[in-house]
This record gives sequence, structure tokens and C-alpha cells, in this order.
Amino acid sequence: MREALDQWDFVIAAYSVGVLGTLWLVGWSWLGMRRAEARRDKAREK
Amino acid sequence: MHGFANPARFLRLARVLTLPMLLGGLAVACAALVWGLAFAPPERLQGETVRILFLHVPTAWLGMGGWTAIAIASLVELVWRHPLAGIAARAVAVPGATFTAICLLTGSIWGRPAWGTWWVWDGRLTSMLVLLFLYFAYIALAGALSREGGSSRIAAIFGLVGAANIPIIHYSVIWWNSLHQPPSITMGNSAMAPEFLWALLASTLGFSLIFGGVVLARMRMLLADIQAEARLRRKVQARR
Repeated sequence: MREALDQWDFVIAAYSVGVLGTLWLVGWSWLGMRRAEARRDKAREK
Repeated sequence: MHGFANPARFLRLARVLTLPMLLGGLAVACAALVWGLAFAPPERLQGETVRILFLHVPTAWLGMGGWTAIAIASLVELVWRHPLAGIAARAVAVPGATFTAICLLTGSIWGRPAWGTWWVWDGRLTSMLVLLFLYFAYIALAGALSREGGSSRIAAIFGLVGAANIPIIHYSVIWWNSLHQPPSITMGNSAMAPEFLWALLASTLGFSLIFGGVVLARMRMLLADIQAEARLRRKVQARR
């Protein structure tokens, strides 16, 4: 028996993985940088 | 290069470049992916799934390029004791690991309709999986050395030794029989049709800018952590 594969399902799955992974990386790195710089500025003020 | 050995000078440049690189990269990558999804034609043999190319190939190149950057920064750290080289190597590890993971996942999703299987233990896929584990080991090692105050030279040596995997990944499809196709693009030569090639180059430019922006953001984060810790240490010593 040959299973029917919709090629677009695979394309959408791959794009979801790629886009979500990239957005997570950018967001996490940006927020980590902002938090670290705020901690440093706070340490300067003390 | 030695001009940027001064963290203050580096930070001035990084503050100007980080956000434009991230936003510019996201815009270019988004445009390239929309181009690949909506305007690139289906391929004669692979049909619609060829569109996965515009994500899979740039992330594969950047995963390998990331470790090459770690190896170069490690060499600079070991030979010239450049103060930012170790920080740059640590900053590259997380985006390198993320893009390698995206490459493996999108490759697996592409493999199911193209080869009839999600995974095979052939040279290309296995050596790419080894690269992901090398990234995990490097992140754990560099983090532990930083927390425990160990020498960053150990992580630099690991970065250099791990670079042996990069030519193995590149030549795996030539050395061994593989389901994975040989490279379509080599230095100055392409076997790819222009309607795919231009979208691929645009996507590569976008993801490269994102990669660069993330590396700058992570370098700024690591430098800020070091500066905050040094300041707190000085204050504790001054109170004694």
C-alpha cells in the first residue's frame, strides 16, 4: 500500500521549525543582553 | 583586529550594529522565505518540497561556519591572547548550535518525502549530528569554566580539536555512499537553476545577518556579566 503524502505539510512543518527556532534565538539573545546590561548598570550605580 | 582588543571600543561598535543587523537580517530572511514559498517554482523531481532548501542550506552553512569561527577565535585566543577572542567563541556557540539543530530537523522533515525515511546513519547526517553534540559539549564546558574560574584555554583547545569534524562534514558525501546529494554550489560554480539560486543567496544573506546580530548581542551580554561581576568584587574588597 502506498501512503499519500501532501508535500506542503512537510514544507509548512520545516518552515515552522526554522522560523520559530530563529525567532526564539533572536528574542532570547536580545532579552539576555538587555538584562545583563541592566545588571551591569545597576552594579555601577550602587 | 587588535584595534578591537579593547572591549570599550568593541562595545561602541557593537551597540551601533546589533539592532540593525538583527532587524535587517529578519527582514531579508523573511522576504527570501516568502519568495521561496510563493514565487519559486516546484522542482521537476522533488516538487514542492524543494522549498525547504531555502531554510535547510543556509542553516547548514551557518552551523558549519559557526564552528569554523569558534576554531579561528580559539586559535587567536591561544596564540595572541586577544581578550575578546574567547568571548567571541562563546558567543558563537549558541547560534551555531541552534542553526545546526534547525538544519538537522528541516533535513529530517525533507528526507521523509524525498528519501522515504526521516533519518539514515550515513556520513553527512551523522557528522552533522556530531557537530550538534560538539556544540552542546562546548557550551557546557565554556559555561562551567567561566563559573568555576577555570582557564578558558581548555575550551579553546576543545574548539580547535572539534574543527576536525568540519572537513569530514564537507567531504562526507564524496568519501562515502550517501542518500544526501553532493554539493550543488562550489567556489565559483553552481549547478542550481537561477530561480532557486537567487532566493537561496538572499536567504543566506538574511540568516547570516541574524547570526552576526545574535553573536554581537551575546558578546555584549557576556561582557556586561564580566563587568558587573568585576565591579561587585571590587566593592566587596573595598569594604573589607
